[in-house]
Amino acid sequence: MLLGLWLASNVKGVRAVMVAGSTALLALSVYLTYIFLADRAAGVEGEMLYTASFDWFAPLHIKYSVGVDGISVAMLLLSSVIVFTGTFASWQLKPLTKEYFLWFTLLSLGVFGFFISVDMFAMFMFYEIALIPMYLLIGVWGSGRKEYAAMKLTLMLMGGSAFLMCGIFGIFYGAGGQTMNIVEIANHTGGAHAIPFAQQCLWFPLTFIGFGVLGALFPFHTWSPDGHASAPTAVSMLHAGVLMKLGGYGCFRIAMYLMPEAANELGWIFLILTGISVVYGAFSACVQTDLKYINAYSSVSHCGLVLFAILMLNETSCTGAVLQMLSHGLMTALFFALIGMIYGRTHTRDIRELDGLMRIMPFLSCGYIIAGLANLGLPGFSGFIAEMTIFVGSFQNADTFHRVLTIAACTSIVITAVYILRVVGKILYGTCKNEHHLQLTDATWDERFSVICLILAVAALGMAPLWVSNMISTGVEPIVNHIHAATVTVSSCNPFL
Amino acid sequence: MPPEASTPHRDQGTPHRGTGTRQRANEISNSITMDYTIFILLLPFLSFLLLGVFGKWFSHKAAGLIGTAVLLAVAAMSYYTAYEYFFMTPRTAEGALPALMPYNYTWLPFFVQGLSFDMGILLDPISVMMLIVISTVSLMVHIYSFGYMHGERGFQRYYAFLSLFTMSMLGLVVATNIFQMYMFWELVGVSSYLLIGFYYTSPAAIAASKKAFIVTRFADMFFLVGILIYGYYCHSFGFDFNQAGFALGASMLPVALFLMFIGGAGKSAMFPLHIWLPDAMEGPTPVSALIHAATMVVAGVFQIARLFPLWIAYAPSTLHIVAWVGAFTAFYAAAVACCQSDIKRVLAFSTISQIAFMMVSLGVCTEYTTGHEHVGSLGYMASMFHLFTHAMFKALLFLGAGCIIHAVHSNEMSAMGGLRKYMPITNITFFIACLAISGIPPFSGFFSKDEILTAAFAYSPAMGWVMTAIAAMTAFYMFRLYYGIFWGTENKELHAKHTPHEAPLTMTFPLMFLAVVTCVAGFIPFGHFVSADSRIYDIHLDPHVACTSIIIAVASIFLATYMYMGERQPKADALAEKFGRLHRWAYKRFYLDEVYQYVTHRIIFAHISKPIAWFDRHIVDGFFDFLAWGTNALSFRIRGLQSGSVQQYAFVFLLGTLILLAVMAFA
Amino acid sequence: MMFAGVFGFLTRRSTLAILLSVELMLNATDLNFAVFNRMLHPEGYEGYFFSLFSIAISAAESAIAIAIMINIYRMKKHIQADGLEEMKW
Repeated sequence: MLLGLWLASNVKGVRAVMVAGSTALLALSVYLTYIFLADRAAGVEGEMLYTASFDWFAPLHIKYSVGVDGISVAMLLLSSVIVFTGTFASWQLKPLTKEYFLWFTLLSLGVFGFFISVDMFAMFMFYEIALIPMYLLIGVWGSGRKEYAAMKLTLMLMGGSAFLMCGIFGIFYGAGGQTMNIVEIANHTGGAHAIPFAQQCLWFPLTFIGFGVLGALFPFHTWSPDGHASAPTAVSMLHAGVLMKLGGYGCFRIAMYLMPEAANELGWIFLILTGISVVYGAFSACVQTDLKYINAYSSVSHCGLVLFAILMLNETSCTGAVLQMLSHGLMTALFFALIGMIYGRTHTRDIRELDGLMRIMPFLSCGYIIAGLANLGLPGFSGFIAEMTIFVGSFQNADTFHRVLTIAACTSIVITAVYILRVVGKILYGTCKNEHHLQLTDATWDERFSVICLILAVAALGMAPLWVSNMISTGVEPIVNHIHAATVTVSSCNPFL
Repeated sequence: MPPEASTPHRDQGTPHRGTGTRQRANEISNSITMDYTIFILLLPFLSFLLLGVFGKWFSHKAAGLIGTAVLLAVAAMSYYTAYEYFFMTPRTAEGALPALMPYNYTWLPFFVQGLSFDMGILLDPISVMMLIVISTVSLMVHIYSFGYMHGERGFQRYYAFLSLFTMSMLGLVVATNIFQMYMFWELVGVSSYLLIGFYYTSPAAIAASKKAFIVTRFADMFFLVGILIYGYYCHSFGFDFNQAGFALGASMLPVALFLMFIGGAGKSAMFPLHIWLPDAMEGPTPVSALIHAATMVVAGVFQIARLFPLWIAYAPSTLHIVAWVGAFTAFYAAAVACCQSDIKRVLAFSTISQIAFMMVSLGVCTEYTTGHEHVGSLGYMASMFHLFTHAMFKALLFLGAGCIIHAVHSNEMSAMGGLRKYMPITNITFFIACLAISGIPPFSGFFSKDEILTAAFAYSPAMGWVMTAIAAMTAFYMFRLYYGIFWGTENKELHAKHTPHEAPLTMTFPLMFLAVVTCVAGFIPFGHFVSADSRIYDIHLDPHVACTSIIIAVASIFLATYMYMGERQPKADALAEKFGRLHRWAYKRFYLDEVYQYVTHRIIFAHISKPIAWFDRHIVDGFFDFLAWGTNALSFRIRGLQSGSVQQYAFVFLLGTLILLAVMAFA
Repeated sequence: MMFAGVFGFLTRRSTLAILLSVELMLNATDLNFAVFNRMLHPEGYEGYFFSLFSIAISAAESAIAIAIMINIYRMKKHIQADGLEEMKW
């Protein structure tokens, strides 16, 4: 339903069409959210709503089937907000504007398609669609070591998708080779034992790593700092804001949902990895000197928290994970937008060369402080509710192993404060010593608009989390219940238990 | 918990007033609703948004007026709430004041039995008492800032932050559950950060704000973990301690409470997390008065008081640890305060010391229920009383210091001296506050401090004498400060250039108001309103303790007079000379900041973060680069096979065919 | 004759000689087709047909080959096989 319109706006890559397209998209997403909530309130049952399906490649049972639940509605809303603001953030992009927006649109097509797919293969295809434009967008319109970064990003993500491909076909044949539909596989043969346990233990790591690469799972995260640093503003926004969420979403929807027993059995390995991501990313961010690197490592830390929460395997933490995806998406998009705007003026992102920007660009600086505070979990912004939900949820696990990891993850909130305040103190406060910088101007209207939209979204989520939290939990609940129904045993291979 | 509160709330936040967490409260809240209390929180918030977003289109005057008017309304409502709560609300059968919950909504569901993040308003004796304290001091500071911040750049921003702070602090005290408390706890931390860093062009202010935030944040992490443990074992975040959950979680409660205390210690600047508070004095002085003397820094004390029934019931021995931490902090801060030369730092250390008094007072409690004859929970009441009186006279001291700084444009005592001629009102009010903090009757500090000492003696004589000695030190350093500012050698050179003058009325009015409060607050029958079990508790002065403390205080004041009143201070200089090392150590605050600096910069930055970043760039990333390089190198190696010579291809082809044939023939 | 062709193909440097060797091999195959048809299946004609096809194709193939060689000669002024390595990677 979203696709048709999106493709139409594909034809002419000019600003007006772009704005019209992204606004329409935003409006559609809001409308979708609205009718979704209304339908749920009216008591419409069923895991997925608004499903549609047609055959695509019958011999392999590949269908193009779409549908949404609470999680995907939330993610669609996130994506459309970011595409919308990203359009404004790249308003003044000069060379090859049309091509830029064309690829940008294709990228968002992939993202939207991914979130609405119910068919594993379609999902995989949209995932690839989202990856390829990234190479061009970074390679052509990027900055710094852009070819290197683009190549690295693409190769690492392609490597991930190779794992993923194996995993998906493994699941397909493991589940009897009858269907690629996720919901059908999950409910196959009475729900619990769709895929033999031994096979699950093989395909689960493959799938999880495949998506985990995109979700910046340690140690497969190194594409992220380089990629983000080189990408143009709007692409950084979309990439960190939405594309990295594909990883978390995929892990939850495919890896965990379809292979609950393996998730229970092998989850601890990934839990340790994600725990490392969380703390390690935060520590790394403390000593970076490039604004985008700081933010990229911060993303590693926050996205690590998403995967961490998913692996904690209960309704609260998984809801928290989706909230964190939303919140991190918005916050980090805001961050990258602001960094891009500052970079566009000062032509440097090195924090050692920037100071006293508050006097020169008050609007951007205030925006940056708000983004920073939201990022470190200031109540009233979305980061706080997401982190709190995750921590409370994670702590509900009765064993020491999960508890200790939760407490370790809690330390990240302190380290986050350290690196955020370091940057704020360094570049915004103080007096500016660079004479060239004194001539610079504050944000233009299009930049202001996109920043304000994002701040409003972050604040709205942070102030009134109830509805979105409930909406997400309607999507999370069946999945978590499914996992719990399948797993009653304690992981046998975890040495920490 | 009744079932409607424990099931996950899918019903979009229908209000369930009172949530039944307090049965008594439920019945009574039907008769007195106190609906207007929500505006106590909403008004400052709206004012924050208005001034924060549209501030730059307002003139300074308009912004200040909006902020002050809002605070006036808040203060009026707080007073009315207090009046209604203390005098109109019927007491329960046992004679206790009930806890009311006019609002309680589910704000964020956690989908776990009994756990949800609620937002609401809880009125009980301590929260109502805090409402009065916060709104009074905040109102005074708003008025005062009109004069103090006159013409400053960012005046509107300043008022916006003040409003934000007031809102968050009020939200903290009326929190209905520990999570709401935590949320506002973080918000006060942030507003404190913003206000300390108000002069954002000064490097000292930047460093101080960063330090304040990170230190308290570090402590808050423990608070959060404490909350998690508390929530998990007790199946509740609420403050209704009669539930069965608390007995179930009894084994882990001491741990949870202690972790929460660490959080409180961060906010309340207990040793060794006190290091941020002296530096926080880089902020504007009215801010120091409001946040770093009267309200935010007592949040830790308030937190313990809020959870007091749990402490007493499940963790009495941990509570005594709190007492000793407090006692040590009080001593340490008093010792440092004797040697500082920056007047705001002296006051800051004095604040740390006084808050530690409150902590001690809570820590020495041994029983929850109070009869008229025994003093097991006297400390609770004393602590709250001291919190109340201290907020008033310490705000007064800071605002007075602000007037002085305003007049001489320096924080250093060397720039002052002999100011009593120039600033009579400041002189008198400051003197009153000094007497109050030293514990001279009839000023308020005497009464509250006396109760604390009584409680300490009841716990153990050792504690009692330690605290008495610290009280003596308090009197000494306060009068050292007083004489250093208003008497002593005048810095003629400086004053000739710029004659100090009395501050305008907007600044002196709050001084006078607070001085009056300081004079009369001691006579409030505080135990009638606030006590551990909300029942009436009559305060009795213990004549022995009272006499001892008065005598010691007066003696210290005389000592200070003897040493510091004159033009020259031979005795003091000689002493400093004699104990040179000790003096220098105390002046440098026993080098604790350097230790922290070392730990954070040398250890965390240089030995954790840097290696991790290096590891990431070189090992992890290097591995993937190596993979790419390896693939590349390998392909260079094998491309030699494609020589371009047709004959070679043909030869290899033929050879292959022959080998295949051979294999097929023999296999 | 077949192996004479193979030997020539592998050893001669001139492309023209290589082409002649290819022709030798093809002719050898043609002869084989014809002979084996006559010896093994005298009643059928498939072998003859096949060698006729093969002759036709080899004629076409040698025309193309010689055209390529002429073009190479125009560019490089020689047609030595070991000098033609430009398109190897």
